[in-house]
Amino acid sequence: MKLQKATCFALFAILELAAEPTRQLAAAEIADKYGISLHHLAKVLRDLGRAGIVDAARGVGGGYRLAGNPKRLTLMDVIELFEPIESETLSGDEPRPPTDIGRALSLVLNEIDEHALATFRSITISTMLKIVRQRPWAASLGERRPRKRAQRG
Amino acid sequence: MANTSTGLRIRPAQLDDVPAVIALDEEVTGLAKPGYWGDMFERFGDRRRGQRFFLVAEREGRVEGFVIGETRAWEFGSPPCGWIFAIQVRPKGRLKGVGTQLFNAICDRFRKTGVVSVRTMLARDNTTILSFFRSQGMMAGPFIELETTLEGGSPP
Repeated sequence: MKLQKATCFALFAILELAAEPTRQLAAAEIADKYGISLHHLAKVLRDLGRAGIVDAARGVGGGYRLAGNPKRLTLMDVIELFEPIESETLSGDEPRPPTDIGRALSLVLNEIDEHALATFRSITISTMLKIVRQRPWAASLGERRPRKRAQRG
Repeated sequence: MANTSTGLRIRPAQLDDVPAVIALDEEVTGLAKPGYWGDMFERFGDRRRGQRFFLVAEREGRVEGFVIGETRAWEFGSPPCGWIFAIQVRPKGRLKGVGTQLFNAICDRFRKTGVVSVRTMLARDNTTILSFFRSQGMMAGPFIELETTLEGGSPP
């Protein structure tokens, strides 16, 4: 599964903001951390602002903070702001030829899509932050999991 | 054990709790299944208590939720593992940590049986419960559920 650049930038920004709910973060801080285009990120943040997911404060010390509820906001809510994401069945399109082989291929690809959609719908921003703190990938990298007290950001 | 801050007590289900469980399930699913829950109590509340768990969350004498599970070994070739078959919380009592306490309580019991993983299965479109299990740290596991419609049958 590959998400478009704007979607990834939006998720980076939202997760950074949700991880530090008491702070306002500047777009430049996030862009620097991820090595991404500030110009592109600023555009994404504007889109998120229009959707009511982030609030922007102007002026010195200004920045962004999360306006949405991280326990309610799902990956799907964010992704669908930036790219079409629906299974072939749901979209009603039939991009494959209307042959038995085309339909069989659509059926299999739809199975994959349905799993992806269910995953995106069921993972909230809060859950994502838990995954970040738990670092389940650490064991496969031979790293030690951080002690509970050190679990931040 | 009672959680003194919330007054919630998680304990093994008793026969007397079954009507409340039936009512709670009916409130959530719209369908009363007295035979099914009676059978579940016999299988999980009454037998092999060291491996099978039917727990209820009770506050001031009212059943707020329940969870059912079992430690199973070598099913689908899997080493011993805790399975959660059902979890429900009264709709008006949700978002207050009842589900989390039930989940933690059954995980504690699984741990005592020596297992290190917990598994469940649920409908892909059951976003509420899927999100709940995700919020408890559960992720897709190494198994894939497959099914087919038998010849002569029609899909549900």
